Amino acid sequence: MCAEVEETLKRIQTHKGVIGTIVVNAEGIPIRTTLDNSTTVQYAGLLHQLTMKARSTVRDIDPQNDLTFLRIRSKKHEIMVAPDKEYMLIVIQNPSE
Amino acid sequence: MEIVYVYTKKRNEFGRQCNFSDRSAELHVDILPDPSLAVNFIERDPCDVPIQCTQEMSEHEVNTERFESDTRGINHVEGGWPKDVNPHEMEQTIRFRKKVEKDENYISTVMQLGNNMEHCIKQNNAIDIYREYFEEEEVVEESEVQPSAKTINVFRDPNEVKRTASSLSWHPDGSRKLAVAYSSLEFQKVSKDMSLNSYIWDIENPNKPEMTLKPVSPLVCLEYNPKDCHILVGGSYNGQIAYWDTRKGSQPVEMSTIEHSHRDPVYRVIWLQSKTGTDTFSASTDGQVLWWDIRKMSEPTERLILDPNKKGNLDNALGAISLEFETTMPTKFMVGTEQGLVVSCNRKAKTPAEKIVCMYSGHHGPIYALQRNPFFPKNFLTVADWTARIWSEDIKESSIMWTKYHTAYLSDGSWSPVRPSVFFTIKMDGTLDVWDFLFKQNDPTLSVKVCDEALNSLRVQDNGHFLACGSQLGTVTLLEISSGLCTLQKNEKALATAMFERETKREKILEARHREMRLKERSRSEQSKEEDTKEGDGEESPEELITRIEKDFYEIVEAELKKRDKGEEKKVRLILNSFTGLRVVRGSLRVVKGSSKIVKGFTNKGGGPDSTL
Repeated sequence: MCAEVEETLKRIQTHKGVIGTIVVNAEGIPIRTTLDNSTTVQYAGLLHQLTMKARSTVRDIDPQNDLTFLRIRSKKHEIMVAPDKEYMLIVIQNPSE
Repeated sequence: MEIVYVYTKKRNEFGRQCNFSDRSAELHVDILPDPSLAVNFIERDPCDVPIQCTQEMSEHEVNTERFESDTRGINHVEGGWPKDVNPHEMEQTIRFRKKVEKDENYISTVMQLGNNMEHCIKQNNAIDIYREYFEEEEVVEESEVQPSAKTINVFRDPNEVKRTASSLSWHPDGSRKLAVAYSSLEFQKVSKDMSLNSYIWDIENPNKPEMTLKPVSPLVCLEYNPKDCHILVGGSYNGQIAYWDTRKGSQPVEMSTIEHSHRDPVYRVIWLQSKTGTDTFSASTDGQVLWWDIRKMSEPTERLILDPNKKGNLDNALGAISLEFETTMPTKFMVGTEQGLVVSCNRKAKTPAEKIVCMYSGHHGPIYALQRNPFFPKNFLTVADWTARIWSEDIKESSIMWTKYHTAYLSDGSWSPVRPSVFFTIKMDGTLDVWDFLFKQNDPTLSVKVCDEALNSLRVQDNGHFLACGSQLGTVTLLEISSGLCTLQKNEKALATAMFERETKREKILEARHREMRLKERSRSEQSKEEDTKEGDGEESPEELITRIEKDFYEIVEAELKKRDKGEEKKVRLILNSFTGLRVVRGSLRVVKGSSKIVKGFTNKGGGPDSTL
């Protein structure tokens, strides 16, 4: 069973343009990461807050709604966040390579 | 009449605590009205008493103390590990991680999220939605926006006693900082509590300067090293040069020795282009231009005395107020003097006499600014007295273009680094003028009143978009120029080239004619001397001379008018331009020149009308 998880994460990492993959839990502890620790913790902390904010925004507009995915496009790359109750999957990709 | 109230206390009661008690009011003095004093006064009749029947209101102003806020952030370095796990222990963290990975919830969550994520990643890779697929021609908006300048920030001298902001220098990297030199240039106005400091400001923070520079004597000019953004060199009021390293603190790293420095305030110091990046040169009104290597400040590496007779005599020397150096022409430099002459010099000359190449005269007062046009190095701008003039290097007799005479003294000026036809000038009445001579030549394109006091220094940022001007009370104003004045227009370079060439040609022609006329004069006066001796008539009396000359003059004018009617005026018109002033004089001389051709036909009788005119 763990093997599937490994395989999924490896597949994601090997896609074209992907710079890094991070799996973080709700406390900000990086479970799995391909970047160095300080960057990981920084991303985890900041994106957690942003996801919370985005989720509350979505729910404020329509309480029946919920946040499924968050994409932040910046000049250099795109940060994709797939949030969940306990864990969060973050992928940084540079699409225009 | 003295009124005295005596209060007594026993000596042994001194120091005792005060016991307060109530008592009724006592009358100590009663001054009764004295009718005899009424004689000194007259009753006023009628009395004007204004009464207003309104609500009584009073006005109050409240200004709170400035609340200084500082922004701080915290950067987390480690996640929120549970209590039993020590984040520094690799074993514990790995064990924790492994435990989580075995969790059912974790596995299912990651699978699910992973699927979502893959979908988005593939989407991204499939097509780049942000790419410009249709390369359209960038439509340049030629919106006719009125040229304007907006004040962005104002930096005031933090000291109580205000000094003039005499020089400004932008930080070479990105222009985030501005170094301002403060000094009092007025004669004997320096007071004891006047601070000697100069400051470096961060343009985002106008409340407090970022760094203080503490010289021994107030700095008159200050320049950042274009090669090394931490080094600044400053010229001070007592003639010394000092250099600072911003990494090393507020005190100068080294100062030049007093014996070898200038004897008057150093008005301008510029960095030179050299391999080591440590050469500078400075100019002062004592008539010397000194070259320094900042690594060895004990002595200047070279010295030039601005003696117009080229003898190196310090007594004759002209006082230098401004310097000009262009990195594309490293062997030449120019000095603007207090006497209104621009001296062009060659650095590589062997003898001091050859160092001074030529001089340009034409100003009435000290030349406060001297700068070559960054796009046309042969043309340079001088700002002095009440005008700004543009010169061409080849024409030594006069400037090729000039502004009209203003009502206020011009104190500084500069070309725009992005547009060849735009330059800025500041005046002593606090206005900044922006001139675009391809657009309008008689007046500035934009005139902005920056402040009420006189402006002393001006510096444009390298992108041409921002400029800073310093005033007499130490206030430095940062202005933003509207984009129309700092973006290169199409054909601008070509038009500016054409304009400069045209003006240069005009001046050349005038110069040539002038020379011709002088030669003719000389030869005619020589000729007439011979004829006089031939005639042997003796001198005519002055009245006869005058009447004869008058007659000649009128004849010539009439002949010229007839000639004009025939259409020979074309030649004269072609060269005249719409600029003001002095040409009127030249115009009349030209008339004479044309008519002197006719005179040749007559017999030459003495001086002729040329001399009286």
